[in-house]
Amino acid sequence: MAELGVELAGVRLRNPFLLASGIWGESGASLAGAYRAGAAGVITKSIGAAPREGFPNPTIESYGSWGMLNAMGLPNPGIDDYPKEVEIALASGAPVIGSVFAGSAEEFGRLAERMAALGVVALELNLSCPHAEGFGTEVGGTPPEVERIVREVVDRVRIPVIAKITPNTTDAPALALAAERGGAAAVSAINTVRALAVDVRLRRPVLAHGLGGLSGPAVKPVGLACVWQIFERVRIPIVGVGGISTGEDALEYVMAGARALEVGTAVAVEGAGAFGRLARELSALLDELGIARLADAVGVAHAAR
Amino acid sequence: MRTVVRVVERIEETPSTVTLRFPYAPAAEPGQFVMLWIPGDDEIPMSLSYVEGDRKGVTVKAMGATSRHVLTIAPGDWIGLRGPYGNRFDLAPRRLLIVAGGSGAAVLAPGAERVVAGGGSVVVALGATRAPELLFRQRFAEMGARVEVATDDASAGFAGYVTGVAERLLAEEPFDAVWTCGPEVMMRKVLALADARGVPTFGSTERHMKCAIGMCDACAFGPFHVCTDGPVFSSGQLRSVPDFGVFHRDAAGRRVRF
Repeated sequence: MAELGVELAGVRLRNPFLLASGIWGESGASLAGAYRAGAAGVITKSIGAAPREGFPNPTIESYGSWGMLNAMGLPNPGIDDYPKEVEIALASGAPVIGSVFAGSAEEFGRLAERMAALGVVALELNLSCPHAEGFGTEVGGTPPEVERIVREVVDRVRIPVIAKITPNTTDAPALALAAERGGAAAVSAINTVRALAVDVRLRRPVLAHGLGGLSGPAVKPVGLACVWQIFERVRIPIVGVGGISTGEDALEYVMAGARALEVGTAVAVEGAGAFGRLARELSALLDELGIARLADAVGVAHAAR
Repeated sequence: MRTVVRVVERIEETPSTVTLRFPYAPAAEPGQFVMLWIPGDDEIPMSLSYVEGDRKGVTVKAMGATSRHVLTIAPGDWIGLRGPYGNRFDLAPRRLLIVAGGSGAAVLAPGAERVVAGGGSVVVALGATRAPELLFRQRFAEMGARVEVATDDASAGFAGYVTGVAERLLAEEPFDAVWTCGPEVMMRKVLALADARGVPTFGSTERHMKCAIGMCDACAFGPFHVCTDGPVFSSGQLRSVPDFGVFHRDAAGRRVRF
């Protein structure tokens, strides 16, 4: 049996699969459920300074087997109300990674301190939500912004900081490099790809917000390309995310350079059982290929160039 | 995955409740719901009150801004639909007690029709604030169910909550199952009454809903999601959920006590 356990920025994970931010994570019980079902760790919903209802519905358009489009609008109960949910998640034994979003570096710093104080093992900074005005890509879409936000947070907390960057740019590796310069322990890529659906009978966008973000199998090649390019430019570990729904998808990401992985849409489609299935498929694939430890496969595809 | 159709019929069921009928072919089962999109306003979960054939229906009570908007929809207006989503009522019970409060009857009527059609017997404890708001009183009677009503203002039947009727029926008659839908505090009481008699309960629950496909966690209900694990939950599930009858979550995910 191949060894699936990996270490990410000093955090020991029993397998590479983390619950991606935004999937579940509004309630502690849902996070705990993902861990019990086999996730190695869970990333909270992105939490802000104040409660936020998000956008009106429709917030989602499903494309069946190839993915979904969403513009939730960063709904979250706010950092004041969130501690009890983190407490429930931590009680399950899950390594919890706290995701935060903010409109400025200073606000990121304050929120990060409060999230870190809840006992999470690491932070993930949402620098990449593609559809919320004043947040995400709008404040973390350029290298100087990424570096400044990451540095502010790193200066204020003692736990590893992961920067989640956007694919909606001409140069994602430059964002990763900026995160590394700012002191990030790891970088996660990608967030959703900016996208749109139009209803032709109603002559209007389907989502209430108009633009949204595409996720699921359709974006896997985009995510792989980002991870590939980032691996060639930075030394910090990469968390690969975007359309992972099979063990082979997972190994593709690892061979392109990812050390750990996030799973979102597949969990939404299949339920928490996706985690156990992914681990079994990945384990069987490593055995078939004669790879003893998943960690040995990180970035190996680059050697073939 | 999403269909946009024109409403073909609008029926005023009670002063605050309207049924919309529309062409929608996907097969549906009693207990399932659709996401009903009111273009330009919002999209809300609605249990199907008519599941048979290609002409489905929802029965909407004026509650929030969007449901009040739904009441103004006329034949010919566009609506969007996706689904049906969620699980269904188990139709096996031969002697069924239905406890419906307010608009809860909309969820329960299609399953009751199937049980009666299959040769089962159905008794309905139907509650409302006042007599004109008793939803589907006639529909239940026409399908062959026995209906016992309760009104808060004593304008019809038992004076008080419908749980008073349910308590008496459970004491007087044997039932294989109880189905319930209505205010959650009422459902919690129904669960306790049925538990005391050893009768299994199936309750249809409601939570703020966004994605309806198990992604966003807005409808978190203990370890479950109402959209994919429910909306119908068994006695054992309901007892295991600390939220049940205690709190729900608002659009931001904050806990709000009932």
